[in-house]
Amino acid sequence: MKLYTRRRIVNAIALTLSVAATIFALFWLGWLLWTLTSRGIQSIDLAMFTERTPGPGDSGGLANAIVGSLMLTGLGVAVGTPLGILAGTYLAEYSGGSRLATSVRFVNDILLSAPSIVLGVFIYELVVLRSGHFSGWAGGLALALIVIPIVVRTTEDILRLVPASLREAAAALGAPYWRVVVSVVYRSARVGMLTGVLLAIARISGETAPLLFTALNNQFWSLDMGQPMANLPVVIFQYAMGPYADWHDLAWGGALLITFSILLLSIIVRILGRTSNPGN
Amino acid sequence: MSYAYGTDDRDQDEEAAADQADSATRQQTPRPHAVTLPEGGARDDRAEPSKPGIRVRNLDFHYDKSQALFDISFDIPERRVTAFIGPSGCGKSTLLRTFNRMYDLYPRQRASGEVLIDGRNVLAPRQDLNLLRSQVGMVFQKPTPFPMSIYDNVAFGVRMYERLRRADLDDRIEWALRKAALWDEVKDKLNQSGTQLSGGQQQRLCIARAVAVKPRVLLLDEPASALDPISTYKIETLVHELREEYTVVVVTHNMQQAARLSDYTAFMYLGELIEFDETSTIFTNPAKRQTEDYITGRYG
Repeated sequence: MKLYTRRRIVNAIALTLSVAATIFALFWLGWLLWTLTSRGIQSIDLAMFTERTPGPGDSGGLANAIVGSLMLTGLGVAVGTPLGILAGTYLAEYSGGSRLATSVRFVNDILLSAPSIVLGVFIYELVVLRSGHFSGWAGGLALALIVIPIVVRTTEDILRLVPASLREAAAALGAPYWRVVVSVVYRSARVGMLTGVLLAIARISGETAPLLFTALNNQFWSLDMGQPMANLPVVIFQYAMGPYADWHDLAWGGALLITFSILLLSIIVRILGRTSNPGN
Repeated sequence: MSYAYGTDDRDQDEEAAADQADSATRQQTPRPHAVTLPEGGARDDRAEPSKPGIRVRNLDFHYDKSQALFDISFDIPERRVTAFIGPSGCGKSTLLRTFNRMYDLYPRQRASGEVLIDGRNVLAPRQDLNLLRSQVGMVFQKPTPFPMSIYDNVAFGVRMYERLRRADLDDRIEWALRKAALWDEVKDKLNQSGTQLSGGQQQRLCIARAVAVKPRVLLLDEPASALDPISTYKIETLVHELREEYTVVVVTHNMQQAARLSDYTAFMYLGELIEFDETSTIFTNPAKRQTEDYITGRYG
């Protein structure tokens, strides 16, 4: 009985501590979101979505940065997703625990945790220096390098959750293995795979460091991927560091926009995740 | 456990008249023990002796370094139901999985010896696996509906090998679902997902899917062990009908089931084939002591 009382006390202490830790974490998060919203909300107006980024003393919006961000993210996802899915499929379905697979997995994990600024510098060396100028292409590629390891990992993990019995059942009907993978395994894992891609989008849409070295920024309207390209994270960085009050306001607005876009994506991922159950 | 419903199963068949008279008396007295009943193999009263559908010759099987099957040789008759019985881990499923080379999906599993289907050694390296599997269908222990509509589930295998016009494909789907005794339950919801069916329906969907490809051999790996008695009954009835057209091989843990639905029975123990004979012989007058011990529940 004494032992039982002690266990209850320990339980109460542990519970109190973990609740306190949660409140602590949520407090800062709440504060951050509150500050962001209260300072950023006033800049969110029509002009933000229709006018280009202003120079000193001008008024303007973030339209070119928003479009640029969408294009860069789009390029990163378009390049990174197929590569990531193919590599993840190889690891989960074809590698059979070979040495090559072990190395690929290891390198992928390194890439996954590599600081994004390193990837930016890499693309800077590889593309920007060789082509002689910053460009949207370079920015998209840098983002693709972030997308690839995320998608590889989530694809492999989610494909491994598909029960082997489903693969056997499809193979037992005389389907060649690629058909087994495409028609049956992908089908039952598609929600999880999509989740991985959405997570990657959420991750890259706030990346600043790799874009500083690659797409840089562009004050003007430009849809030319061969030229430097405006994008939200770098604009926020520049405007927040700048000396003008209206720049600061725009930076807050942009930050709010990115944050809530990512929040929205995460919510979508959560909702999808609830229905994702490979093998069912 | 009571398996009294098994007696109904028998009445549906086109069996001899003598058999029917027999079953009338049996319906009144539930069977105390399968071993006391000389049925199973006794039902194999079709006139012509069966040709071998699968010849197994000196078959060894290895999982990596451990050997799972030891020098197995016997003939599985064509268009009969053959049951593999034996305790867990004795190699029943392993043996079954050599017939369509399912083991080939995994590295470090290998078979040596010969498995002859239509005179061709399917273990030969040159054997086209996909073609083999389209001729040797398989149904697994756990129902495995694909995450697609009921229609597409059944059409999946057909589409691999045949280009049918829509109407012909529709006919094939209906035919297969009827064969699997599932048509009446799903005919109005062919576009629903196959995963929403009940366990027993899912398993019959899997049988329909296998049958739709028109294989010659049907391998059933404990097809009813995850199902309730009513679904089990339906599956057993089905298996019994399928032998009209297919060489059926069933792995089962359940001896009463083997006795009820098979014409021939192979008893396996520790990777060896101990005895293979007509089911009636195995269950009433086994030649080996080990077989007798197993079917009377003395070990296993």
